[in-house]
Amino acid sequence: MSLFTISGSPHLHDRDNTPRVMRLVVIAMLPAFAASLYLFGLGAVKTMAVAIISCILFEYLIQRYMLKGKSTIGDWSAIVTGILLGFNVPSNIPVWMLIVGSLIAIGIGKMSFGGLGKNPFNPALVGRVFMLISFPVQMTSWPKPIESASQLTDVITGPTPLGILKENLARPGTTVQQVVDSGAIPDYAQMLMGNMGGSLGEVSALLLLLGGLFLIFKKVITWHIPVSFILSSVIFAGILWMVDPTQYIDPLFHLVTGGLMLGAFFMATDMVTSPMTKGGMLIFGIGCGVLTILIRVFGAYPEGVSFAILIMNAFVPLIDKIKPKRFGEVVKS
Amino acid sequence: MLKTFKMGGVHPEECKLSEHSAIETLEAPDTVYVMLNQNLGAPSVPVVNKGDKVKTGQLIAKGEAFISASIHSPVSGTVDKVDSWIDASGYRKPVIIIKKEGDEWNDGIDTSKELVKEIKASKEEIIDIIKNSGIVGLGGAAFPTHVKLMVPQGKKAEHLIINAVECEPYLTADHRLMLEKGEEIIIGVQILMKALDVTKAIIGIENNKPDAIAHLTKLAASFPGIQVQGLKVKYPQGAEKQLIKAAINREVPSGKLPIEVGCVVQNVGTTFAVYEAVQKKKPLIERVVTVTGKKVSKPSNFMVRIGTPVSVLIDKCGGIPEGTGKMINGGPMMGKAFTSAEITVTKGTSGILLMDENESGRVKEHNCIRCARCTMVCPMGLEPYLLAMAADTANWEIAEQHHIMDCMECGSCHFTCPSGRQLLDSLRLGKNKVGAIMRARKN
Amino acid sequence: MSTILLAVIVLGSVGLVFAIIIYGVDLKFQVIEDPRIDQVVEFLPGANCGGCGFAGCRNFAEAIVKAGNMDALFCPVGGNAIVKDISAVLGIEAVERAPQVAVIRCNGSLANAPQKIKYDGVSRCSFAHTLSSGETGCPNGCLGLGDCVESCQFDAMYMDKTTGLPVVIEANCTSCGACVKSCPRKIIELRNKGPKSKRIFVSCVNTEKGAISKKNCAVACIGCGKCVKACPHDAITLVNNLAYIDFEKCKLCRKCVTECPTGAILEINFPARKTESAPAGEDQINQ
Repeated sequence: MSLFTISGSPHLHDRDNTPRVMRLVVIAMLPAFAASLYLFGLGAVKTMAVAIISCILFEYLIQRYMLKGKSTIGDWSAIVTGILLGFNVPSNIPVWMLIVGSLIAIGIGKMSFGGLGKNPFNPALVGRVFMLISFPVQMTSWPKPIESASQLTDVITGPTPLGILKENLARPGTTVQQVVDSGAIPDYAQMLMGNMGGSLGEVSALLLLLGGLFLIFKKVITWHIPVSFILSSVIFAGILWMVDPTQYIDPLFHLVTGGLMLGAFFMATDMVTSPMTKGGMLIFGIGCGVLTILIRVFGAYPEGVSFAILIMNAFVPLIDKIKPKRFGEVVKS
Repeated sequence: MLKTFKMGGVHPEECKLSEHSAIETLEAPDTVYVMLNQNLGAPSVPVVNKGDKVKTGQLIAKGEAFISASIHSPVSGTVDKVDSWIDASGYRKPVIIIKKEGDEWNDGIDTSKELVKEIKASKEEIIDIIKNSGIVGLGGAAFPTHVKLMVPQGKKAEHLIINAVECEPYLTADHRLMLEKGEEIIIGVQILMKALDVTKAIIGIENNKPDAIAHLTKLAASFPGIQVQGLKVKYPQGAEKQLIKAAINREVPSGKLPIEVGCVVQNVGTTFAVYEAVQKKKPLIERVVTVTGKKVSKPSNFMVRIGTPVSVLIDKCGGIPEGTGKMINGGPMMGKAFTSAEITVTKGTSGILLMDENESGRVKEHNCIRCARCTMVCPMGLEPYLLAMAADTANWEIAEQHHIMDCMECGSCHFTCPSGRQLLDSLRLGKNKVGAIMRARKN
Repeated sequence: MSTILLAVIVLGSVGLVFAIIIYGVDLKFQVIEDPRIDQVVEFLPGANCGGCGFAGCRNFAEAIVKAGNMDALFCPVGGNAIVKDISAVLGIEAVERAPQVAVIRCNGSLANAPQKIKYDGVSRCSFAHTLSSGETGCPNGCLGLGDCVESCQFDAMYMDKTTGLPVVIEANCTSCGACVKSCPRKIIELRNKGPKSKRIFVSCVNTEKGAISKKNCAVACIGCGKCVKACPHDAITLVNNLAYIDFEKCKLCRKCVTECPTGAILEINFPARKTESAPAGEDQINQ
């Protein structure tokens, strides 16, 4: 008989492991992916494929040849980063730009800090923000959905509803009502389903919500960050709207446009870059929500989710200093 | 209505393979190896020498320090030697080896099967008898029972809580004891209530033992002070502090004992031993041990004499199965893996688990992905990822500041971690080092 | 043109004002230190290894300037080479010490002490030691997980994969003592290097009775005492079933090496013997 083993307790292990958790995240993103295929067609296929494959490739090359370690692509985190990066760009982005974005996301956003678990910033967002700042024109011209689905080149582009709103409100004297009445912004039903300009992943709020609820049900994420993120942005936007409805659009608009749903369920909840305690997660969510609305309404960019999350990521080590309640904690009166 | 504790907890597979096997009383082996350190606290000092003749139940080692217990001979015969023997850790420890001759019991011990209902002893006499019978906590920690029953000045006991939870997977010793010796246990509870001067006792049982809950509820019905409380199945419900929280919703403060919230907790096996000691004058010389495992041909529960080599128990169950990878003394969550079947049963041995080699290996370790699951499942509300990192980098001050000493080594964090981090190993090392630093500071 | 001149003048004056402030602060808060400390630090190796017993080289320099003598102070990394330099600078008597080297007092290789159980857990000796007696059954033997190799700052140790034991590279060893502290079983000892690097030591720290230790390891010290009787210089003592050779008294006559029935005593860097007196042990370590 072969030798017995000796090791410390416990001698049992839960079946859960990192690849399984990541696979559940991929499954949760499939409905939104399907919607993006329908709305943006061939462009979506090309973009998603390039994003996923280049992320995996870069992680493998950097891990094996630069860091001389074992390959880590088996933990599926590169695939998740690839999908999220793909979700954050327009479907007609030039391939080389996307590849550069993947290199930054994986190389600088993740591997330069030591690989999975050691990065302070969400890698997909690092890639996206880098691309936004380096290639502002291509990153802000969004193909019109459905019309562009069958074409790979020469697609008709335009700004997102948030972009439309910001441009129009910038003209003095314009009110929100005028912008809505002019028909420049699609109606709410269409926006909920995703029939609006935007990046691949941000368009269909309903399907993203479905995916998010799936993740909460499967206990991959907890409700704290998505709920606090969404509620705080809705409440903050709501307060602004009640103060001056002519200048500030209603909170429902904020909810269905832009990357709010994608950010709240899939990007802010990234385990590595979010706080470890429940109280900390609530603070993180509130910070993200308030910052998102601030940047959208008062900032120079039409969309604020990426920057809001990255800024809050920087605060996470500080937030983690808040201790969870201990059992039998002696509270000094 | 089922109660539970709110903070943390995990759900390992229950695997109660031996729950329907009635307790089989094993004949005393030809040679017993009685370890001298069978309890928490100082080891006992032998009072016999090589060549002495002893009777079953005779005192063979005394507990000299405050927290220590006496040990009694499990067989009658001749003392072969006072030497050292291997224990579960693989290190050799002091032992008294006795060769069996006949079956002569010490004077005064009632070996009949008759149930003795009337409790004649007074409160002080009860504690004295328990001390002189060498009774220690049979739940695994083996704390001397008489010390627990001596409530310190200024504190008062309100509740007696009987720990019949048995939350460890695979173990069924307490379960069978409740089904087969229920009446004796109820009398034992009354004895303990008298010793502590309390009127309320709660027997906590996990809901995966509905027959035991029903049986004891029926037996306790005629005693208004004794209540049976069903508990939700969650590991580690059997931990003292979690049991108190679930039963009476009070939290034992960090660093303090249960008496701080007016409670004394005793294992149900200990309660049975108390009955035998007070009513039958029989010292602690045997206990129920579960021998189990997925490939074991006959998972069983045995009433075994202390000092029986574990190999005897394993042979009784059909021998070590082909493909066994690990042998564990205790349950799979907190038990110790041991190196050789030469080790012997002590007062703290609740079970022997023979684990299949497919399950024996640890999962592959990856980087911490900061998912915070360890923090969410810790029943003590600690942050295992932080404590493990502090222990790995020898940062003892940070470990102490973040209350590493509150850790009860239940293993929930290690069990849950999706990256396979070896959290409990680091926590144990940290506790060792920080404990040593704290002790050195006191001196 | 005048704007540039104005900018240069303004910024220049601001810079000058701050420079004067910084200079004044530097003068006021200057730390007065004995200049000899800096001189001593020049000679020290700068490894900050802690071998002298102090946290860093500078602390050692401070201590030796304060003490005024070298009786209790010695830098093992710099060794006798720097003793003369320091004594010259400080004007104190030079106290030289015999050079030492780290010695691994265990020969329980994979061949001598076969593996009886597999250890699965954190690959560090400190962890494995608290968990169990180890893979060979000997509770005092080397665990082979390399805490000592990790602790060496001078690249003087490596783990030999064929024997499972650590090996000390004599040329690099500075006898700083880091490995001695790292071993949870106290297997490593700093012993005199010996004339021409020759030394003899008992390669075992097992305190169990002979019959038990021999079961676990073929070259264990069984506490028979033959070496004690054989030594003409009273250099060997037997305590707790374990023999120990005092390196101050040992005259390297090698009588104990031949007497030892298990080959637990090792001789290092000696020329090969004539055939009849070859000792019993396997796995001689000859560097």
